[in-house]
Amino acid sequence: MNGNAGHPPAWCYWVVLPMLVVIWGVIASTLQSPLLPTPVEVLDALVRESGSGALWHHLGATLARVAVAFVLAMLLGTFIGIAMGRSTATNALFDPLLVLLLNLPALVTIILMYVWFGLVEVAAVMAVVINKVPNVAVTVREGARSLDRRLEDMATVYQFSRWQRLRDVWLPQLFPYLMAATRGGLALIWKIVLVVELLGRSSGVGFQLHMAFQVFDVASILAYSLAFIAVVQLIELAVLQPLERRANRWRQPEVAHA
Amino acid sequence: MLELQIEGRDFCRPVLGQVRATVGAGDRICLLGPSGIGKTTLLNAIAGLDVSVPDSAVIGRENHRVGYLFQEHRLLPWRTLKANLKLVGATRGEAQELLAQVGLNGYGDYFPDQLSLGMARRAALARCLAVKPDLLLLDEPFASLDPVMADELKQLIARILDAHPAMAMICVTHDANDADILANRLWYLDGRPAKLKWDKPVDGKGVVQGLLNKLRTRECTD
Repeated sequence: MNGNAGHPPAWCYWVVLPMLVVIWGVIASTLQSPLLPTPVEVLDALVRESGSGALWHHLGATLARVAVAFVLAMLLGTFIGIAMGRSTATNALFDPLLVLLLNLPALVTIILMYVWFGLVEVAAVMAVVINKVPNVAVTVREGARSLDRRLEDMATVYQFSRWQRLRDVWLPQLFPYLMAATRGGLALIWKIVLVVELLGRSSGVGFQLHMAFQVFDVASILAYSLAFIAVVQLIELAVLQPLERRANRWRQPEVAHA
Repeated sequence: MLELQIEGRDFCRPVLGQVRATVGAGDRICLLGPSGIGKTTLLNAIAGLDVSVPDSAVIGRENHRVGYLFQEHRLLPWRTLKANLKLVGATRGEAQELLAQVGLNGYGDYFPDQLSLGMARRAALARCLAVKPDLLLLDEPFASLDPVMADELKQLIARILDAHPAMAMICVTHDANDADILANRLWYLDGRPAKLKWDKPVDGKGVVQGLLNKLRTRECTD
């Protein structure tokens, strides 16, 4: 494995992506088919949808679902993961369930939730949470297993409260695992939320894609996809990366001597 | 203030045998013994960190505040020194004062991993004091420090003990000179499972080395 394989320099993005748009534009204008709109037509659709407010309405609805499902899944998954990592009995109880849930197709959960609870918001969010919790739990369990025994002893001697133990001893150690769960989790939740909306909600990006699909409005499909990608990237750059930088402040290399 | 009634315990094989002793206010005990004999295990048992030693084996612990200086600093690496002290109950002012006392004035906003080994250990000592302990447990406080730094820390601990006459101390060490400076009582742990071979008051320079020599010769002739 090459150490540079993870993050190529920033200019790559400014070369590869515009090139992709140019190639797309050339092919689209040669074909002249309504099934492959040109970049300009997609931009038109984007402007039209955002001008009418439809884009913001549906993007907002999707974001709200993602936010609620994400918070619930992270809380529940973290709680279960810590319990599983700390106690063999809990692990024995939950591990078989995790195996089951991890291999259950997301579509099945969504359909079952809608069939059992009706086409309601709670069912939609629950379907997403059920899909996500096992991933979070498995990741956090790894973190909980690697908690430093020596710091535990320290916290015992100095009589840390439960809250102090969680906030000051466990969370900082779990942070890399929580970040991994967050990254993987957001990617997964976005995708599942769209399917949930497509199948049973009357708002959201998934619902709009469904409508566009029915009339073969490819320009709108691409416009919504682009808006979607932009929002995901924005969250990564504006929320996740600063959070990570802040949390890693203590790993500074400088050393004092006295 | 503390009564030990440890009746032996099982790891995969027993490390500690029967250990019976009392610790009174103002006792400064140096715990000596061959390496690997179970000195740290005994210290952990006294601190209540060893699950295989029942709470009833250390009578009176719950009435005391314990400051434990581990071999590693065991400060939270993601909290500044100040925050580490505040976590165990020091106010902002107390934290500053304690850091100054251990020679770390102005380092309150540093993270532990930014400090040298000796500084980190002094910071950990400041945290011990932040709980206003009446029992101070020190596990090889001078290990892996260069001689000058070790000596400074020794003087610092001696000053702290002078300032708190009622504080009891148990200090694991393998150096008889440490005991000369810090101790008024000597525990010698030996055997498998380990027992307290000796529990004697000591006073004055060179006494400890003499005791140890006597102990070793006697063992040779046994």
